[in-house]
Amino acid sequence: MALIDLNKKEVHCKIVYYGPGRCGKTTNLLHIYATMNEQHRGKMLTIDTKGDRTLFFDLLPLNLGKISGFDIRIQLYTVPGQVMYEATRKLVLKGVDGLVFVADPLRVRQARNIESLEGLRQNLLDLHMNLEETPLVLQYNKRDLVNTPIPTLTVAELDQDLNQTLKVPTFEAVATTGIGVFETLKAISKRTVTNVANKHLLSGRKS
Amino acid sequence: MADLVLTAEIQNKATELIENALIKAGVSAVLLIDGAGNVLANCGARGAEIDAISLAALAAASLGATAQIAKLIGEEDFSLLFHKGKTGNIHFGRLGNDLILVTIFTDEVSLGLVRCRVTEITQPILDIFEA
Repeated sequence: MALIDLNKKEVHCKIVYYGPGRCGKTTNLLHIYATMNEQHRGKMLTIDTKGDRTLFFDLLPLNLGKISGFDIRIQLYTVPGQVMYEATRKLVLKGVDGLVFVADPLRVRQARNIESLEGLRQNLLDLHMNLEETPLVLQYNKRDLVNTPIPTLTVAELDQDLNQTLKVPTFEAVATTGIGVFETLKAISKRTVTNVANKHLLSGRKS
Repeated sequence: MADLVLTAEIQNKATELIENALIKAGVSAVLLIDGAGNVLANCGARGAEIDAISLAALAAASLGATAQIAKLIGEEDFSLLFHKGKTGNIHFGRLGNDLILVTIFTDEVSLGLVRCRVTEITQPILDIFEA
């Protein structure tokens, strides 16, 4: 649910990084936080357990400049990936405007990726939203593991598992070093803001 | 959950209601937010000091989690949530399905007064957003 503040001339959008546990959602946000100029990002809020797993969500507010005179403010959220946190994931998805699905390339996590994407589809349905109608990009993370002995999925296999029907843009990434992180962010921001702008700002229609 | 277009008129009317009912009663700050964690209005002397974006996100999530807890014990929802600190307190009140009023106040203001005033302005605020 985007917020268009005509008084302050601001558009607020919520983008959620979704995916199975340990796929690198928080690592994406940490890289963005560490790399972006302080003028363009707010404080990063993290609620994690004593280990490094996200308990509730991470939040990183960004300021992405102006479109049609409106300041574009994006709030990046992550969800906890572990299976048991389904209710929490649904809470964080409330009011989402754009989605990044972060897939884990480890061959042993193949089923987890598919299960998590199905979970996302179902959670959106429960919120009266449709995955096919929500701005979405896929990120195939941890591509640095491809050149190691660890068995990984190929891009073709990940496409086959996750993107056969969705046919959305995909990005290969190594979130720990930042490869592909901003390409992913740029693509989902553009899709999300375009979607909101088409609905409200460019058509001049209010809802 | 449809996108929300916030006009100056809506914001001014809501702010005026909050100022008259709560800020004049002595509370430190009031945030009006939606269920997705967007800040719709930020009022009060301490409003500018507070990290409103983080507070709104946490308040929305906290009240969302509380609703799930309510369901686990057979309740539809808990309409309010209150945390008491050493000197500062925070009250979360749900207004309708999508709005949340977060009130921050010291011990100099009674919880009863805050609850009463939040109840009083609930319907008028909903009317502004539904108009």
